[in-house]
Amino acid sequence: MRKRKLRLGLLELFGILLALLYISPFYIVFANSVKTKKDILTNTIGLPVSIALENFPMAMEKMDFLQAFTNSAFITTVSLAGLVLFSSMAAWVLVRNKTRISGAVFMLFVLAMLIPFQAVMLPLVDLFGANKLDLLNSRMGIIFMYLGFGSSMSIFLFHGFVKGIPVDLENAAYMDGCNVFQVFYHIILPLIKPISITVAILNGIWIWNDFLLPSLVLQEKSVRTIPLAAQYFFGAYSKDWHYAMAALTLAIIPVVIFYVIAQKQIIKGTISGALK
Amino acid sequence: MNKKLKKHLVFWLFLTPSLLAFLMVVVLPFFSGVYYSFTDWNAIPGREVGFIGLKNYLNVFQDVQVLKALGTTLVYGTYSIILINIVGFSLALLVTQKMRSANLLRTVFFMPNLIGGLILGYVWKFVFLKIVPVLFQTDFTMLEATQTSLLAMAIVSTWQMGGYIMVIYVAAIQAIPEELLEAADIDGAGPGQKIRNIVFPLVAPAFTVSLFMTLSNAFKMFDVNVSLTGGDPARSTELLALEIFSKAFKELNFGEGQAQAVLFFILVAAITAVQVTITKKREVEM
Repeated sequence: MRKRKLRLGLLELFGILLALLYISPFYIVFANSVKTKKDILTNTIGLPVSIALENFPMAMEKMDFLQAFTNSAFITTVSLAGLVLFSSMAAWVLVRNKTRISGAVFMLFVLAMLIPFQAVMLPLVDLFGANKLDLLNSRMGIIFMYLGFGSSMSIFLFHGFVKGIPVDLENAAYMDGCNVFQVFYHIILPLIKPISITVAILNGIWIWNDFLLPSLVLQEKSVRTIPLAAQYFFGAYSKDWHYAMAALTLAIIPVVIFYVIAQKQIIKGTISGALK
Repeated sequence: MNKKLKKHLVFWLFLTPSLLAFLMVVVLPFFSGVYYSFTDWNAIPGREVGFIGLKNYLNVFQDVQVLKALGTTLVYGTYSIILINIVGFSLALLVTQKMRSANLLRTVFFMPNLIGGLILGYVWKFVFLKIVPVLFQTDFTMLEATQTSLLAMAIVSTWQMGGYIMVIYVAAIQAIPEELLEAADIDGAGPGQKIRNIVFPLVAPAFTVSLFMTLSNAFKMFDVNVSLTGGDPARSTELLALEIFSKAFKELNFGEGQAQAVLFFILVAAITAVQVTITKKREVEM
């Protein structure tokens, strides 16, 4: 028993050291974000000699961080609200209507999960380009695209969940004189809350971090998201590591804060998404 | 009749927002993409698109850069699949021990997964360029040669995906009945024996899932490729996804780029189809 306790203690020590090593890249970024240019060159690994907070206003200004953050937040929030609402609506009627067309539509959504983004990106940019639909460089345009790309997996997850809800509840509500919108809003939406959280988390992580799609459809500075702003910043200031580290810190902090608040749901959501 | 009509109306009303976006963003571009892959399309407005049959596809198979990208992707894929699964499984074994800090450790190992590949690539660019050479007292950086660059990319992917794969293995390990491990304890089995004879066979299904997930992720890898190496040196570390991008937007060869994209779709879809078949078969057997 004692031997076992000792073994567990050593293992725990090893685990903690490993965890420190695992997050050391974050330490490196944060520590170097407050060093001066000279300090970074001579003292890359150590703690900062003095705190140079002026890197932050500089990085914020150069990458237009506030604008990028607002764009990312707006695009992610509206896309998530749309995806949760529209996908659950679609999944609900797909489950409740057992017709051939309903089955075929669901099958189409599921099969489309096999399509990698690269297979559609060139025609997509062409279709939404200036001489056709003209929806490039528009936040509403990219939100519409996220609704399309996200719908397959979201409908699939909602579909699996709604199947397990007994239809009697809805029938009872119809008996009481509810219309279809009231049934959806007052009965279905509250019941599917757990899977809605999963759908929001999985899509949220993807949309917030997405780089390739925004890089193709959002070129103007005023609509850039955080990954795009970071990329442009790195292209222009690749030698100024002190500014770059401040920019990376700015990009990482919002995600870390969100993770600390919602880590339980995030890990749970990831498992149910991965093992679908 | 009236009721039936109403039901139809509701069906389409609730379906339309998702279906419309889906058709316009995924289905329509997918099919026009297949068509474009047989043409001399170059996305210049107003220019007519001419049908050229299989020419793009024949060009793809003779394109040295494509074959090189396929080779690099296989090398990178091998590194990353092995590393991610070993690290993910080891971390899962660690955080399922009865330690006080198990939950905290799990949280820490999962964290890099939430940060986008592009940002992670920049973080590690600094690590590989400025930190590693200092630690090992060398002037050589891993990003200046092809083979070490691919390994560097695999290391970043491992750091990003290790915690994710860990979570999948943790779910599998926690599903192992406690009595089995206790019975093994009573029989005097050591930790190594327990892992080999009980844990391994029972997490085999999770292993299949993780293997295919890391495989298809390796083929789709793009963000870290852009920010960590950008394909350098001399386009020798361009993986397939980045190669398609360069073909279209740097060489401005949209038709051939689209043919590559169609082949890329077939490859990725085949991997997923095999995975689903294996998983389904195993479920039936159990």
